[in-house]
Amino acid sequence: MSSQNNEIRYLNPPTVEVKKKKYCRFKKAGIKYVDYKDAEFLKRFLNEQGKILPRRLTGTSLKFQKKVSQAVKRARHLALLPYVTDLLK
Amino acid sequence: MLKHYETVFIATPVLSEVQIKEAVKKFRDFITDNQGEIVYEEDWGLRKLAYPIQKKTTGFYHLIEFKADPTLIAKLEIQYRRDERIIRFLTFAMDKHSVAYAEKKRANKAETKN
Repeated sequence: MSSQNNEIRYLNPPTVEVKKKKYCRFKKAGIKYVDYKDAEFLKRFLNEQGKILPRRLTGTSLKFQKKVSQAVKRARHLALLPYVTDLLK
Repeated sequence: MLKHYETVFIATPVLSEVQIKEAVKKFRDFITDNQGEIVYEEDWGLRKLAYPIQKKTTGFYHLIEFKADPTLIAKLEIQYRRDERIIRFLTFAMDKHSVAYAEKKRANKAETKN
């Protein structure tokens, strides 16, 4: 019995998720300026509470993350986006 | 040396149509009287605010794009602060990318109109 196979056997072959490579949408689309007046576009970078999503989730490059965050803050100042909210989307 | 600027302000919703035009005219004249040059203007009309400002939930938005000397900006912002009709304002110094973006946006708009 000690010579039993130690390998783990699965009934179904384990599905290894293929990680989708994240990319910076600004670099890919060649956008050079993030407009603070376009609230609908900026909402893609916010969570439901209106907080700015981190780079590790959106894949935005550092250069554009800075621009996005600056634009979101400008939009908030002009009441185009809320500072705090629930159920933004 | 003229720089490219963009300014957005929110006027209180209690004003009448005529009063809004008067307020806009005041700032437009202020820019042109101080050797500024207006490039573009856009009236967004009455919009809902994302959060209340001075207990108001709506406001008249107006955007002016202009070229001016940097010394004008401080004077313009003093005018904004002194004016009770203005509840919020933002002045933005445009770089070459944002100027290109604004021009492209205008061109697109003109195309769809025709």
